[in-house]
Amino acid sequence: MPILTKDEAETLLKKVLSYSKADECEINLSGGDNANIRYARNSVSTSGATSQSTLQVASAFGKKLGIATINEFDDASLEKVVRRAEELARLAPENPEYVPFLGPQQYQPASKTFVDATAAMDPKMRADAVEKSLKIAKDNKLIAAGFMENSAGYSAMINSHGLFAYSTATNVNFNVTLRTEDGKGSGYASKGYNDVSKLDVEAATRIAAQKAANSANARALEPGKYTVILEPEAAIVLLENIFFNMDARSADEGRSFMSKPGGKTKKGEKLVDERITIYSDPSNPELPTRSWNGDGMPQEKVYWINKGIMQNLYYSRYWAQQKNEKAIAFPDGVIVAGGTSSLEDLIKSTEKGILVSRLWYIRSVDPQTLLVTGLTRDGTFYIENGQIKFPVKNFRFNESPIIMLNNLEALGKSERTVSGESGIHALVPPMKIRDFTFTSLSDAV
Amino acid sequence: MAGMGLGSLMIPGRALLGNPLPLDAPWYYGDPAAKKLLADVALNAARSKGATYTDVRIGRYLNQFVVTREKNVENVVNTESYGIGIRVLANGGWGFAATDRMDKDSIAKTAELAVAIAKENSRLLSEPVQLAPQKGYGEVSWKTPIKKNAFEVPIKEKVDLLLSVNDAAMQGGANYMNSILFFVNEQKYFASTDGSYIDQDIHRIWPTFTITKIDEKSGKFETRNALSAPVGRGYEYVIPQAADKIKLPQATLYRDSYDMMEDAREGAKQVAEKMNARSVEPGKYDLVIDPTNLFLTIHESVGHPSELDRVLGYEANFAGTSFLTLDKWKSGNFNFGSKNVNIKADKTEVGTLGAVGYDDEGVQTKQWDIIKNGILVNYQVIRDQAHILGLKESQGCCYADNWSSVQFQRMPNVSLQPGAAKMSPQDIIKNVKKGIYIIGESSYSIDQQRYNFQFSGQLFYEIKDGKIVGMLKDVAYQANTQEFWNACSAVADKSDYRTGGSFFDGKGQPGQISAVSHGASTARFDGINVINTARKI
Repeated sequence: MPILTKDEAETLLKKVLSYSKADECEINLSGGDNANIRYARNSVSTSGATSQSTLQVASAFGKKLGIATINEFDDASLEKVVRRAEELARLAPENPEYVPFLGPQQYQPASKTFVDATAAMDPKMRADAVEKSLKIAKDNKLIAAGFMENSAGYSAMINSHGLFAYSTATNVNFNVTLRTEDGKGSGYASKGYNDVSKLDVEAATRIAAQKAANSANARALEPGKYTVILEPEAAIVLLENIFFNMDARSADEGRSFMSKPGGKTKKGEKLVDERITIYSDPSNPELPTRSWNGDGMPQEKVYWINKGIMQNLYYSRYWAQQKNEKAIAFPDGVIVAGGTSSLEDLIKSTEKGILVSRLWYIRSVDPQTLLVTGLTRDGTFYIENGQIKFPVKNFRFNESPIIMLNNLEALGKSERTVSGESGIHALVPPMKIRDFTFTSLSDAV
Repeated sequence: MAGMGLGSLMIPGRALLGNPLPLDAPWYYGDPAAKKLLADVALNAARSKGATYTDVRIGRYLNQFVVTREKNVENVVNTESYGIGIRVLANGGWGFAATDRMDKDSIAKTAELAVAIAKENSRLLSEPVQLAPQKGYGEVSWKTPIKKNAFEVPIKEKVDLLLSVNDAAMQGGANYMNSILFFVNEQKYFASTDGSYIDQDIHRIWPTFTITKIDEKSGKFETRNALSAPVGRGYEYVIPQAADKIKLPQATLYRDSYDMMEDAREGAKQVAEKMNARSVEPGKYDLVIDPTNLFLTIHESVGHPSELDRVLGYEANFAGTSFLTLDKWKSGNFNFGSKNVNIKADKTEVGTLGAVGYDDEGVQTKQWDIIKNGILVNYQVIRDQAHILGLKESQGCCYADNWSSVQFQRMPNVSLQPGAAKMSPQDIIKNVKKGIYIIGESSYSIDQQRYNFQFSGQLFYEIKDGKIVGMLKDVAYQANTQEFWNACSAVADKSDYRTGGSFFDGKGQPGQISAVSHGASTARFDGINVINTARKI
């Protein structure tokens, strides 16, 4: 099914809603097209295109909820899916935590999440982009492996209390790894946007090429505590462990880094350096996101950490009711406020330190302290007297992003960054951190 | 990578993995003749546009999960995803397209799109794809040998099981208890221009939980996860059999069936004990590692580096490459581990997640050696890689996680073979002077070429002079893969052999998941570096 306009989606959803006999009914509709191309060993490998759409019906009788979906859109199928959701609801156990569906909501005006040029990408455009990337690899005697994907889709919802929401989005992601022929150097670059015209595949490939060439023949430094400059790609995979764990209920229940003895939480307390502000804002032009979530809750500008203070946690509608708080949805995009310095400025101001291009395989070690482990990857360099001196071998680290944000030296300018771990998009600055804990060396390149 | 644990299922709202299924639906959509008609539409359409090879997968993927906490059922979700994926070779390169519109016209158009993509991309090929020959099997079928189809068990029975398990943990002093039953059924129909029409019905199950204990006074908390395994079995896995239990003084461990109630009761006691356990002194220890922990170390440090696509560089941009380069294999004497280390790849072992009759490019499955007496002897190979090793056929390791995903090389079960001499975990422990006995999986991380890893666990017991003297906490072990496996000084015999596994092994771009098992008996590793993970914020 093609991407439906707002009117088309509303007409379809109203028809489905008209079949409902439940106390409450809520319907979510989404669909779209995804396509990708992959390359490795300086040659195209696999690629593909997928088209799919889904209609989900949630029906409730009292506190009993049933959910069913379908991907056929004739009238008989639409009525059938409503009957099935109702049948499931009758069979489901009563959930004491059930909260009725929302009534009509006011959402912020849609930001520019959908860009026609991205939606219009075809196999030739993707192949042309890869051809340019491969040329840079071959010209520099490097081996490329990369990936490009684009998507265009829409989502809409309606419910029996009069709520209706609709949005569209496009996305394009490109990432590439270039390695030296002897396997001793490796560089990486990753970019993601709603608007394909912002994507410069050649510039990204050149960054990866430069890191690959410069990272060859790395020297081993002793593990220990070092001042590090984390490029945005490295910073995001640590910082996301903070905002993925800012759920109010876990904090109140005593099982989060935000918990305190005696059933209290650290909400409202200063936990990190006062230069740290982390917020979400669906209308940010660099990171436009949907102004509503799948529950129909508005996505608004929310400060999670404001000048070092843990200002907000996300609350499900049930937990907000229990705690007499405002329900706050988990954000679709996160912005870490930065300064004005460039990465080069941060390097110039560093007497001794290590530049980290990327971090990899981040896993929680202790949820109580947010201690995580992982490794550096694709370009790690020793800095002395404001200059990059030589590449160093990769390290394993064990560090808590909370401890790290208390050891902040400087922030650079925020830029749109894609997490290599979770895939989220965020605006993140490069950051200089003292006493970052490297615990062992790795032979990996 | 082995992705996503229990936590990832605790998603807010009603996020779904596919389309929930109605309870009244038949659980097997078993008309191969109808699927053959649709498959032939795709095969013919691709051929008419110039494809030199085509395979088609018509898939219906069912998931069911029942999610509870304490006394509440948080979610009962049935999901279904149905559609067709078409892969073609044209102008020497691969093309792939998929759709959920199952009319003949849409299928033909999707086949044509796959050919168009292959042709467009062929100008970027450095050499044409070489596909190992594969005989057609005609019309055949295979089914996971389950005893009780989990999808036919009433929801109420599942809810009752979880709520009683939760109650057991709460009665045992837990503050919180989250539990999940997760069921998977892949109904896959494969057809190719080689002349195969393969109908498969694949089942998996994973019962698991997390018990949380909180000390309100100090604000500290500890968790203990289930010691179950995800397995390729039916609902019979959660019906406990006494013969499948290994009763140790520290914990009960499970073979082919699992006692969720018993594990919850024991877990509640152990999580309280963890609160008061001694924080480990960092340093070198001899580790005695139970299969519930060792399976994940095998997965990360043996399974992934022996994937031939990683070795060759096909995963360089995401999962990474491998230290097990072709020159090491060609030398015939690369010392991966000690003589105790024998590791097999397998796609046939009953009860495992990797067991299927045929892989996703129509190759019948089998078993082979990867590490023999400590030496690297083989990799994991699919049809377009076989010629690189001089093999005449694929090893049957091709898999796609959905009809909408393109198939590629995925890990078979990779398992440490039991020791030949009679030896129990207790026999191993009694010879250790300064060591740690480790049970259950937890944190895991390894570099992109699989040299440096760090693993934690659920339960740690200090061994002094051959005896277990108490529980430890804040333990993680860090090692270099080759050094670790060369430090393997003992492997218990086959009476201790069990499998662990993951439902969510992540790889590829776009990312795909895969379910895989790893078998082992308890093994000893000498002089491994242990760090203390306690911090203050």
